[in-house]
Amino acid sequence: MMDYSSILNKTVTEIKPSGIRKFFDIAAEMDDVISLSIGEPDFQTPWEVRKEGIASLERGKTKYTSNKGLDELRKEISNYLKRRYNVSYDSKDEILVTVGGSEAIDLAIRAIVSPGDEVIIPQPSYVCYEPMTRIAGGVPVIVETKAEDEFKLTRKQLEDAITDKTKLLILPFPCNPTGGVMEKKDLEEVADVLKGTNIMVISDEIYSELTFTGNGHISPASIDGMFERTITVNGFSKAFSMTGWRLGYACGPKEVMKEIIKIHQFAIMCAPTVSQYAAVWALKYCDEDVREMLKVYDQRRRLITKGFNDLGLTCKEPKGAFYVFPSIKSTGLSSDEFCEQLLDRYHVAVIPGTAFGKGGEGFVRASYCYSTDHIIEALKRIGQFIKTLEK
Amino acid sequence: MNIELLNLLSKNARTSEEDLATMLGISAEEVRSEIKDMEKKGYICGYKAVIDWDKLDDTSVSAIVDLNVVPKAGFGFEDVADKIASFAQVEAVYLMSGVYDLTVIVKGKTLQDVARFVARELAPMETVTSTSTHFVMRRYKELDVKLINADSDGRGQLFV
Repeated sequence: MMDYSSILNKTVTEIKPSGIRKFFDIAAEMDDVISLSIGEPDFQTPWEVRKEGIASLERGKTKYTSNKGLDELRKEISNYLKRRYNVSYDSKDEILVTVGGSEAIDLAIRAIVSPGDEVIIPQPSYVCYEPMTRIAGGVPVIVETKAEDEFKLTRKQLEDAITDKTKLLILPFPCNPTGGVMEKKDLEEVADVLKGTNIMVISDEIYSELTFTGNGHISPASIDGMFERTITVNGFSKAFSMTGWRLGYACGPKEVMKEIIKIHQFAIMCAPTVSQYAAVWALKYCDEDVREMLKVYDQRRRLITKGFNDLGLTCKEPKGAFYVFPSIKSTGLSSDEFCEQLLDRYHVAVIPGTAFGKGGEGFVRASYCYSTDHIIEALKRIGQFIKTLEK
Repeated sequence: MNIELLNLLSKNARTSEEDLATMLGISAEEVRSEIKDMEKKGYICGYKAVIDWDKLDDTSVSAIVDLNVVPKAGFGFEDVADKIASFAQVEAVYLMSGVYDLTVIVKGKTLQDVARFVARELAPMETVTSTSTHFVMRRYKELDVKLINADSDGRGQLFV
């Protein structure tokens, strides 16, 4: 008999699998579930993009690309980041095409973090930063962003978290699940704190196109003094509804990218070729599609924010991503209890805030990647659930 | 005129005025008066449900009837189009480019019903020179709404 518990890597076995899976499975077995749990666009990939993928297959473009990704795609990524966020990356040696933004985050953490290094992670946030840091031997230092700060990372929080072991800061904005964004002045504060240090930054900007501030998304690398220390991560999943294509990218100073590319070269080799060809089209011709989707998301965002507030589950208007993160503290239930009871009794699935870190207690995440009819029906049922709690 | 409001109504005309107002960032009162105004101006011509009659074992049939027409001097196609549009059996009348001039969508209780209507009413019209009738066998999408495989979009396999 193999004693796997003594064989397997302790760091890995000690990482808890996402607790949400169980919850998901329960929801999947109910046939009249109204879910607000999915973090995936309900829009189809624009047809022209799909057609370009098909055309590349028809032309027999089914070989590996270079490790870094297609030249043409890296050039388009460079153009796009300049055009949209005013950051200049050299397509030759500062851009790597990856298998989704997730790979880019993993690579960047592994290239930067040595055992014992501290990594500052704002939470509630997407679930991958903490386990990936641990697997790299790093020590996660969690900073809990607050509803009263609109879930921004504040100057004070950052200063308090920094020690002489701090190697890396993760900036997960626009933020899943909180909807928080960092505006220019917020990022300037971060830049000011980091000035003169050797602290690197991974900026996960996968939701950058889904920003509902007047000024649009601000990329940290565009702030004075930040380019040299920032790895910008982005991808096609959310902006172009291309989740299943698995395509993202990492950009940064060439000295860092050289090392990041090494890991990618050995672990992955290259991102899927068909997806890369389709992505070239997306970057060249789909600005209008993105704007149209943003408009619809914005309408739903207003609807669901008002809906929750009307029910007494308060939330400020989220400024980014496609989630609302209302407080459920007024119900007296924990996040887990709220979600379990809501699912069990009213067949509505939302995600407990605690899935995104301890600081998510007292909140739930509701996605608005759904039709307005669907959102309205879900809110109606949540309203009925809240009424039963008041009695 | 409010194009965004029209877009939302064209997707679901039953969305409440309050919800429309929230989505558009205007007041419910503004939504009401905009709608009234657009109805008055004839931009909004009616509200209907999208019904999948096939699911109801409804035996009625529809046909697309293409017509060639000699336009009347001074009236063009309007005159005959107006006459055809007046029949209760006619759901839609379009002026077309291409081989035929008018396309008419006809609904009847039975195939014979529709055939009779074409033979007795449309074909004999003085200005109609030829007809071509195509019966609808099955509906897959109606007024932007998919009637088949509409339930699952394949999401929800992965937690993000």
